Amino acid sequence: MPQRPTASSVLGSLAVIAVIIAAAAFAFAYTAGWLSPHRLTPDKIVDALTPPGVKVLGHRRNHAKGICFTGVFEANGAGSELSSAQVFVKGQYPAVGRFNLATPDPNAGDPTVRVRGLGLQISTPDGQEWRTAMIDAPIFPVSTPRAFYQLLIASGSKDPNAMKTLVGEHPEIGAFGAWAKSAPWTGSYAEERFNSLNSFIFVDNSSAEHAVRWSLIPAAKPVSVPPDELAKRGPDFLEKEITDRVHDGPQRWTLAVTAANPGDPTADPSKAWPEDRKTVEVGTLTVQQIEAEADGPCRDINFDPTVLPTGMRTSDDPFPAARSAAYAKSFDRRTAEAADYPRTAGATP
Amino acid sequence: MNAQRFTVLQRLLHWLMAICILAMLFIGVAMVSTVMPKYLTLVSIHKPLGIAILVLALVRLVVRLRYGAPSLPADLPEPMKLAAQLSHYVLYLLMIGMPLIGWAMLSAAAYPVVLFGGVRLPAILPQSDSLHALLWNAHYYLAFAFFAVILLHIAAALFHALVRRDGVFEAMASVSLPGGAAPAE
Repeated sequence: MPQRPTASSVLGSLAVIAVIIAAAAFAFAYTAGWLSPHRLTPDKIVDALTPPGVKVLGHRRNHAKGICFTGVFEANGAGSELSSAQVFVKGQYPAVGRFNLATPDPNAGDPTVRVRGLGLQISTPDGQEWRTAMIDAPIFPVSTPRAFYQLLIASGSKDPNAMKTLVGEHPEIGAFGAWAKSAPWTGSYAEERFNSLNSFIFVDNSSAEHAVRWSLIPAAKPVSVPPDELAKRGPDFLEKEITDRVHDGPQRWTLAVTAANPGDPTADPSKAWPEDRKTVEVGTLTVQQIEAEADGPCRDINFDPTVLPTGMRTSDDPFPAARSAAYAKSFDRRTAEAADYPRTAGATP
Repeated sequence: MNAQRFTVLQRLLHWLMAICILAMLFIGVAMVSTVMPKYLTLVSIHKPLGIAILVLALVRLVVRLRYGAPSLPADLPEPMKLAAQLSHYVLYLLMIGMPLIGWAMLSAAAYPVVLFGGVRLPAILPQSDSLHALLWNAHYYLAFAFFAVILLHIAAALFHALVRRDGVFEAMASVSLPGGAAPAE
């Protein structure tokens, strides 16, 4: 039997144990970011999205105002040359989605929001899902998630020079600003072209990889309406218009997938690819029914752009990861607050 | 049960799971604190590793029920015996409970649960805001409780090894004992 230790060796042993436990706790705290106040966390992004005084309980923290739709995606088979995903095999697949406005305010007036979006989930018989969230701008304002966070901070800043400083550091914002200023406004979600902006990798049946972006191109001809004219149509004109329009007949978009050439900026959604890139029309999205969000089928869907079927994956674009992390945080918060957003038809958002 | 050590299978499972669970807890706190591309990498490890831990824990539970454990030293004070037994119940509960809570939480959020090689697990709960919020909180706070219990477990093991020197640490730690003789109390 080993010798019983002396008092001083016991103290030494206890000290060794304390050091080991403290080191483990320190490593854990470091990994969790508690010692790195500079780390860009999902909480920081989601906090920065919500302006002070805006009531958001129970709602998405961005693209907070929206309306659900259901319909069908009909693949024509052409997408199979780019990706082995079942969603591109000729056939019809159920789709659920959400027209929305890029605002953190669920009560924002429709005429006041420059950027419009579309969230989409297509399900295939193999049990897989493709989720994507797109906007009508042709490019994203900034190149990196950190720059996006700085943009949120600058937009909410009282410092009149905050935005100017940011534009100095991130001149890429200029292209988005030019689009926002000059692009025509339309009077309908059905007349909008929606773009993935982010780049993804499609993997085809021979395991060859293709860097791609995609767009939904409306069948309805866009009619430009001046913003002052839209302002007269009321705070919910987009939702009323799309409800009536789809009631009168299904609305369609062509899904077009664009493949990058070697060297195209796949990692930077603020940079458009040249117009001449190979584009494959892979199918048609038909929106058949509109439903209010409060008790609609899109309410509980987190349109996380990293939920991808086999045959698609993320690329070197840093945004899908950041969006996935932030969307999850938004989802965690709003599901915890669901009681504040009653699940009743006609409830004011 | 009178053996001085855990069986080889038990020791193997213990150390394999020790690595998996510590990795899991560190991956967990790392992934929820970042928006960088490693977020997706960490999440894609977290899910299959959690399911692996669930499977290993269930195997380990069966093995434990079959082979038991070496008895604690007779001179161990009663409160420490109680603490030892309770902490092991807690560890088993967490090893089995945490992966199930995580899986249920993803199910309640209608997220696909994708493992390596694109294998998809079925949802074990219907979509539900309230269940998701409840399970999310459970998963989050129990993770820290799990880490705290593990620190306690390590401290106790080292206390047995360095201070009491009573063979409890060796019952799980030793690869082989010289001559196969166990230290007698």
